[in-house]
Amino acid sequence: MTVFLQQIINGLSLGSIYALIALGYTMVYGIIKLINFAHGDIYMLGAYIGFIAVTSLGLGFFPALLAAMAGCALIGVIIERVAYKPLRHATRITALITAIGVSYFLQAGTQRVMGTGVKTFPNVLSNEVFMIGGVRITSQQIIIFITTIVLMLVLQFIVKKTKIGRAMRAVSVDADAAKLMGINVDATISYTFAIGSALAGAAGVLVGIYYNSINPLMGTLPGVKAFIAAVFGGIGIIPGAMFGGFFIGVCETLIAGYGGSLYKDAVVYIILIVILIIKPAGLLGKNVKEKV
Amino acid sequence: MKKFWKMLIVACLSMTALTACGNDDGGSEAPTDSTTESDTIKIGLHYELSGSTADYGNAELKGSQLAIAQANERLGEEVYVDVTYDNRGDPAEAVTLAARLAEDGVAGVVGPATSGASTATYQTSNDNQVVVISPSATANNQTLVDPSNPESDVYDYVFRVCFEDTYQGAAMAQFAFDNLGASKAIVYGDTSSEYGKGLMDAFSEHFTSLGGEVVDTMSYVAGETEFSSVLTNIAAQDFDVLYIAGYYSEAGLIIKQARAAGIDCPILGPDGFESTTLSDLAGVENLNDVYFTTAYTTVGASDELQAFIDAYKAEYNEDPNMFSALAYDSTNLLIQAIEEAGTTDPETLKQTLENIEFDGITGSFVFDETHTPVKPVLVVEFVDGVQTNAISVNPSLDE
Repeated sequence: MTVFLQQIINGLSLGSIYALIALGYTMVYGIIKLINFAHGDIYMLGAYIGFIAVTSLGLGFFPALLAAMAGCALIGVIIERVAYKPLRHATRITALITAIGVSYFLQAGTQRVMGTGVKTFPNVLSNEVFMIGGVRITSQQIIIFITTIVLMLVLQFIVKKTKIGRAMRAVSVDADAAKLMGINVDATISYTFAIGSALAGAAGVLVGIYYNSINPLMGTLPGVKAFIAAVFGGIGIIPGAMFGGFFIGVCETLIAGYGGSLYKDAVVYIILIVILIIKPAGLLGKNVKEKV
Repeated sequence: MKKFWKMLIVACLSMTALTACGNDDGGSEAPTDSTTESDTIKIGLHYELSGSTADYGNAELKGSQLAIAQANERLGEEVYVDVTYDNRGDPAEAVTLAARLAEDGVAGVVGPATSGASTATYQTSNDNQVVVISPSATANNQTLVDPSNPESDVYDYVFRVCFEDTYQGAAMAQFAFDNLGASKAIVYGDTSSEYGKGLMDAFSEHFTSLGGEVVDTMSYVAGETEFSSVLTNIAAQDFDVLYIAGYYSEAGLIIKQARAAGIDCPILGPDGFESTTLSDLAGVENLNDVYFTTAYTTVGASDELQAFIDAYKAEYNEDPNMFSALAYDSTNLLIQAIEEAGTTDPETLKQTLENIEFDGITGSFVFDETHTPVKPVLVVEFVDGVQTNAISVNPSLDE
């Protein structure tokens, strides 16, 4: 039983990361119906910005986290303006392929600038171990979990209670109608990218601190897993992404922990296939009939 | 009809553009010939300079370039020039580049770094009679035409300077059984690479044949960072040693997370542990009771090795690792062979290599009949993150 609880704790830490990345996917999809495959690489850039903030500027955990979030928000907005905005009315596949191109650009660019090797993230947080009934919980795991929850609450507040949030919801329902109502659609999309990218940046710093290893290709696999988490919860639905992230994280650790370490990625993909067959709109999604 | 002519012109133009690309560098780094062709000898450096294995390729490129620079310095003129290409870790790209290196008229090729890309190039290079020296292609029977069949022919022009996975895996099993007195082991390896798989099999096989028991075998995939779930499971079992078959980038994290999960037994590993990054990743306080097999260690460094380390640091402002050392040896081996043969004729060069006695910084050796070096395996111990003892181990493989 303690082993099982231990695996759940491990899974929740991993799931927090997936959830933070999945939120960005889901927000961007919700607003412009684009699967932003460069999102995993923004998470990677967040880790590198955090790394530079800590090593070169000597910042602590929270300033580094904020720096990474701000940096990623800016990068997200720039990417949207340069790569996606000109394609807003192009076919979806064009934008999708562009997103993959941006992803490669960010990976290769980081390899060029920061070197291809693994960088070690300095220990900016002490890592105390608490034993609760035979289960080991580290202070880093607690901080990851709390940071994730706080960021999600902030996001929920922005989306539900602020003017920007209302504009986002309006644009995601019908961009043209929102425009007619006087909403600045371009600015709203920029805000969405900024917020989604900032969350990915935060995830990058948290991973850097938790595993203290970052590399230019670190975004690919978590990016795909987070995408699956977003689809699982219902793409475009914010609570769905949180739920999906935690679910995929726990699922993966339980499979790895009980002997199937080689199959854990396969199982995650099988989950994707099953959900797409049984409930394509995702767990929390509603089937909406598209008007022809 | 007008349309047809337009299209023809466009087609012709694009053809010229494409050929221009072909003659040019075509996305790879341009060959650096500076002097005339007659009095220089070209050495092909064929590495993974971008992509997921770029770390090894870049380290090896630096080692090779240092060797070439030193040879030119010794001779007082630019005799050797490098022709460098990047295969991006892609076996298909590697084959194309092997053919291009043959066209470039290189005397020999050093690289690629990884077993997968290397295997892809061997047939092409062998057919074109280009000598290939692999710095770090350690996969079992790699130099054979059919690696799955130990009886098959050896590629005539393919050599390597590292020992086989079987050899060092077995050496570590021997060390665990004899020196550490272990009887129960858990093997945790990277099954996404030939390297990891070969080591896992070699260790398990030899450990069992010595009378030990492999309690459990677990696997991970290169690039992962989350190991605590598997380690939590491992910690609940009864065993004496944990053998990690993989490279430092994951091994460092595994060691850290293993110690955090309460696994305090000796942790063993292969030469993939050899990197200063390992102690950064694992944390110095966790690097106790950790052992790895290697041909290259800075413990009790010979004068030649110390000279290499100093020169490398002066040139690149960073510490060399096993990969750069192996590439340095490979390149020097090729240069020595060219000088002993007195020609770049492939047939003579190949025969010279088969009978060469080479003193390298990763050990002195001669080649066996599979063009693999015969050299001792060192087991190095970490104490507080620092490599301390080095013990020479000889696995009793032939029983």
